[in-house]
Amino acid sequence: MTTRIDRAQVEHMAQLASLVLAEDETARLTRELADMVRYVEELNELDTSNVEPTTSMQLDLGKNGPASGAGGELRVDEVEPSLDPGETLAQAPRSAHGGFAVPTFVES
Amino acid sequence: MASHDEVIAIAERVRAGETSALEATQVALAAIDAQNGALNAFLTVSREAALEQARAIDAKRARGEALGPLAGVPIGIKDALCTRGVVTTAGSKILEGYVPPYDATVVARLRAADAIIIGKTNMDEFAMGSSNENSAYGPVKNPWDPERAPGGSSGGSAAAVAARMVSTTLGSDTGGSIRQPAALTGTVGIKPTYGRVSRFGLIAFASSLDQVGPFATDVRGAARVLGVISGKDPKDATSLGAPVDDYEAACGKSIKGLRIGVPEEYFAKGLDPEVEASIRAAISELEEEGCVVRAVKLPHTRYAVATYYVLADAEASSNLARFDGVRYGLRVEPSGPGKADLKAMYGATREAGFGTEVKRRILLGTFVLSAGYYDAYYLKAQKVRTLIRRDFENAFREVDVICSPTSPTPAFRLGEKVDDPLAMYLNDVYTLPASLAGIPGCSVPAKPTASGLPVGLQIVAPWLEEAKMLSVAAAFEARSPALVPPRAT
Repeated sequence: MTTRIDRAQVEHMAQLASLVLAEDETARLTRELADMVRYVEELNELDTSNVEPTTSMQLDLGKNGPASGAGGELRVDEVEPSLDPGETLAQAPRSAHGGFAVPTFVES
Repeated sequence: MASHDEVIAIAERVRAGETSALEATQVALAAIDAQNGALNAFLTVSREAALEQARAIDAKRARGEALGPLAGVPIGIKDALCTRGVVTTAGSKILEGYVPPYDATVVARLRAADAIIIGKTNMDEFAMGSSNENSAYGPVKNPWDPERAPGGSSGGSAAAVAARMVSTTLGSDTGGSIRQPAALTGTVGIKPTYGRVSRFGLIAFASSLDQVGPFATDVRGAARVLGVISGKDPKDATSLGAPVDDYEAACGKSIKGLRIGVPEEYFAKGLDPEVEASIRAAISELEEEGCVVRAVKLPHTRYAVATYYVLADAEASSNLARFDGVRYGLRVEPSGPGKADLKAMYGATREAGFGTEVKRRILLGTFVLSAGYYDAYYLKAQKVRTLIRRDFENAFREVDVICSPTSPTPAFRLGEKVDDPLAMYLNDVYTLPASLAGIPGCSVPAKPTASGLPVGLQIVAPWLEEAKMLSVAAAFEARSPALVPPRAT
């Protein structure tokens, strides 16, 4: 697959990623993204039709020897003290009524 | 006491009462004061908190309590790691002034080991970069030549150790961000096995690749810090419960008979001839030490850069969605507070808060994950990742460790590659494959170039074989002691 990256595509990606781009930035990023996409297309040289994708990096320690079954365990779900709400909300740009404040996004 | 004392010397002297944690801290603070203006390695120096911590450690000793393995050792922490009460920016404007309400697990473990958290080190924004020029707070200068880059993304951590401001720092390595700056600054840097060290409190870049690891002036010091930060953490489900080996003891072990693999793919076009000569000489040294050297094949090496940029950027585009101006950091409201436009607030915040490289990667990541392109790019890269991992599985049937250059060139000039993203990415061609496979790797100083620039020998080992890797690193170091930059006195 070869893909031509154009300006409309970059604008669409920017919208999906909640990025507002300045005019000259869009032009430059279109050029750079086109170069990068062309570069990564070298992966198409490889026949991977019989290759499983790597979807998890968790080591299968059972097979690997030293510490059978020691990886990937979930912790016990126990109630523990959490962060101090005051200290945490103090880092928010705006807070109100003990929560994070955002601009209104539904009509009342 | 001199600022160039190594990790173990400081800890043992503090434990024995030959010096105090306070003195060790004052020495480091003075070294930072003297050099940081020129090098920009530290973004934040926690002077008062560090002195207070030092006094508490001295009081503990005075009460007759046992001190931890890093007693009084000042350590710099990459600004991607959360430190309770100390500003943590990840090198980004979007987190300017952010004060985490908790410590990363590795930081908590360092405190428990009586290390002194002396400050936060500069880095490429969100760890995206190989030169430190992507920091929103200005580039770090290489202590060997201030016109050159220290490497990245953990450039501040590397430069702080190279300049002997501190004997050790923590960095993070996603595609080479510990090993490459270690090579370019003549320091020791370790990227552990994926899962060996907790990432809880590490500001995430690419979660299938990120690992935290130490820099130090010497292999033993790095090994001691690695021992402190390794091990299972209930707060990070990807951390491994496998027993933590005695890394420091491994540093004294004989390497006679150990099989060293040399991949010819790592000595290909683009490798600087002086770097090649230095690394071939290093491998001969290891042979003289009794190792058996064999050629190995890692045939998919040349696909690592493309694979990495698809996968890492895809993960980054998702991880960086959390920076939206709601819970922490910067918020920009284009229509003024109270005016209803949440989407516009996200967009304006991210436009103002992210630098160009971060935007570039978010866009590429969004593209490879988007409808119609996912299979062709993201899934394809996941498959090639399997091939790269298999290359190592096959090679490690024949050899115990693999040696190569860490970086194809010595430190390059600031500004040299900043306008050419692809040229910058190719810096990481020798460090990316181990990251994609999840295996441990380290960089140790080899013979410098004729003009005196550091060169790094990369040693990679099979999953969880850090001890074996460090035995080789320490044996090599014994034959090729690290040098100190002329200005760091």
